[in-house]
Formats: sequence, structure tokens, C-alpha cells
Amino acid sequence: MNSSPLPQLTRRLRMQYEPAQSRWVLLYPEGMVQLNDSAAEILRRCDGRHTVTDIVGELEALFETQGIAPQVQSLIDEGVRRGWLD
Amino acid sequence: MAGSIEAPPPLWLLAELTYRCPLHCVFCYNPLRYAQTGAELSTAQWVEVMRQARALGAAQIGFSGGEPLLRDDLEELVQEARSLGFYTNLITSGVGLTPARAQRLKHAGLDHVQLSFQDSTRELNDFLSHTRTFELKKKVAAIIKQHDWPMVMNCVLHRHNLPHVDKIIEMALELGAEYLELANTQYYGWAWLNRDHLMPTREQLEQAEAVVRRYREQIGSRCRLLFVVPDYFERRPKACMNGWGAVFLSIAPDGLAMPCHNARDLPGLQLPNVSQQALAEIWQRSTAFNAYRGEDWMHEPCRSCDERHKDFGGCRCQAFLLTGDAAATDPVCSKSPRHDKVLQLVRSAPERRHIPIVFRSAAESRSL
Repeated sequence: MNSSPLPQLTRRLRMQYEPAQSRWVLLYPEGMVQLNDSAAEILRRCDGRHTVTDIVGELEALFETQGIAPQVQSLIDEGVRRGWLD
Repeated sequence: MAGSIEAPPPLWLLAELTYRCPLHCVFCYNPLRYAQTGAELSTAQWVEVMRQARALGAAQIGFSGGEPLLRDDLEELVQEARSLGFYTNLITSGVGLTPARAQRLKHAGLDHVQLSFQDSTRELNDFLSHTRTFELKKKVAAIIKQHDWPMVMNCVLHRHNLPHVDKIIEMALELGAEYLELANTQYYGWAWLNRDHLMPTREQLEQAEAVVRRYREQIGSRCRLLFVVPDYFERRPKACMNGWGAVFLSIAPDGLAMPCHNARDLPGLQLPNVSQQALAEIWQRSTAFNAYRGEDWMHEPCRSCDERHKDFGGCRCQAFLLTGDAAATDPVCSKSPRHDKVLQLVRSAPERRHIPIVFRSAAESRSL
């Protein structure tokens, strides 16, 4: 599984916040993926400008935590596998 | 009980803008008596439906029909839906998707187009739809790609085209579809009327499924192949609509609100109409939307079945069509005491093909 150095959500998906569900979702033809909070925070930063290291750094600072790199990498690998990320 | 617990919001709004259609497909799922339904909702009424559905929580909208392109306010409705935050899907035969309209729909913010084909050959496509549309559909596929829309190609499968599944997949690849929905016929509406002509054999299905598996391995994520289960050949029912009144809200051309687009003919439902009632009220409190919501309505064998959370007892319309009781276990389930009915329909089909095939048309609809 090779993820790009600058992961980016595919333009075939739309990510948006759904107030009625109180969560972020990925929308695509005739379907929707409901994201948990941590997946949403990671995917929101997959904009083609952040490296995985940047994303880890930002989230560790934001949530005052450490050692989340494996979790971020595994979500990004999953996103590549499912075709969410270019 | 109705109204005692808030139902989770609808996620899908199916806007059946019109039952009118230039095609005459023998497997159309529209109601047989579509020509006898009331006037279509106006633009303003549809806008109001979309606003209310979005406020309830619906995120996906499908513009369908009939042929939604027959409504000349489609662009306006798409633009409104998009600005409300819907992901907008156009579900079309392709007839009427001219370059000019495609451009206007792109400008309006349309997100995706699902284009139907009836087969990979002109002969069968044109025969089953009783129109000359095969070449036109190919041109429309190119227009869809030119406008950079993701394209779902849909093809309804039955005994006539199951042997062409490899060619249908090749056609989807050639035309650049990102998804191919190989939709085994579901027997409702006109497909129910023509079921004997459409019913495949188990061997045909097994062979087609093997072809699909082979292609999936070959093509990876280039085009995703969805093989809709041929439920008459299964031992467990489909999780129809993901449960009654759970996520799916369908609005018919005349404004009837339905938990399933085939629910119009279910007896005793008293389907509410959006021109008379607010959508929140309909979704949360109407008798129709609560009739088969949750599990309280279930009888045995569903009531004590440990798979009831998975398939919700199957399809209410199918239960009604095959047993006369909409609250019965879907007879597709091998645990249903009426499962023999499904087996018998499959078995008897070849001997019943002397019954003439009926092409969908307003004249036929009025005579039924």
C-alpha cells in the first residue's frame, strides 16, 4: 500500500459536515460514508498540501497528545485502499 | 408506537419528478397504473420538498422518474438542491441530455449522472426499450465524460442479457464508467407483469457472477462492478430500503411520500402527500412511515429470528405481491412458510412465455 507523500482526497468525493448527523461525511455517487471524529480530522487535512508528518504534527498539537502516527498512517492506507485518496 | 420515539433522519431523498418516459422498458419498476396518477408537483412544490428534506437531514438526492429530463425545470431544481448542500444524482435514460442541457446542468452543480443501458447490443437495447436509443445513449455517455461527471452505468439483467455480461462490462470500460450497476431484475411494476419473460436460470446467474468476479480481479478500482442480488434465487431476503422508514424517502410525481418507491400499491397504507402535510410530520408521525418501522410489526418466523436486524424481514412489497400480506416474512427467505411460491415462480416461468410481453406505455397503463 503506497500512499502519496501529499495525500489528497479524490475530487470524485465531497466531504462535508452534516448538522443533522453531527458528523462529517464523504459523499459520492449514490452513497455516503459516515466518518468518526478522528477520521474526519485526518481526512480534512488530506488536501494535497500536507505531508503525513505535517498532519500528525498538527493533530498532536491540536489535541495535546503524542504517538498518533501509526493511527494516522493506517487511516490514510485505508483511504487509499477504498479509493478516497489520490 | 408511532411518534413515541424519534426516528433517525432520512438520508436519501428520491425525487421521482415525473412518470413520463420516452422509453417503454418491459422491466420498468414504475407502478402499472402510473398513467392514472394525479398532476405532477410544481417547481415551487419540489423546492419546498427539498428544503424540508434537507432540514430533516437528507444528504443525497436522486432526480429520477420516469425520465427526469422531461421536466424543463430540472436545471433549476438541481441548482436549488446543490445550494442546499445535497449531493445531486441524475438517474436518466439519457434521452434529452443534449450538449446544451448538459452544460446547464453542470453549471447548476450536478454532481453525478447514472445512465441506463438495456444491453451491450443495439438489437436487444432497442427491443427491450421499444425505442431506437442505443447509439444515442453512447453519445450521451461521451457527453457525461466531457463534463467530467462521475458516471454510473446501470443495466438491468435478465435471461436475455445475462449471457452478455462480459460485453456489458467491456462497454462500461470503453465508455469510461466509474461504476457499473448490474441490476438483476427486481420483480415489481412492469417487471412483475413480464416476469416469465425475464426470469433467468440459476445457471445463467452463476455464470454471470463468475464473469463479474473475473473482471473484478482484472480491472481493480478502474470501474467498480456492483452485482445486485437476484433475490428470487437467494435463501435470505434483501435488506430492502435498509429498513422501512429508516434512511430512504421517496416522493412520487404526484407528491405521495413513500418509504419505498414501490409502496403505492400496498393496501391500507394511506400514503401521505407532501402537498398536504409537512415532511417532518410525514417522516416521524405518519401511519404509513411507521407501519413497518422497527420490529414491532413482525410476525414469526421474523419476530424471533436472529437475522432480523440484518434484513429487516425483507421487502414489504414482495411479501404483499407473493402472499397477499404485506406484514408477512418476505417469501424469498427459506424460513418463510411461503418460500415455495418463489421456487414455483422460477420453475413455472418457461412454460408461461406464451403470455404476451407488455411494453410499458400510457395506453397499456390505462387498460390495466
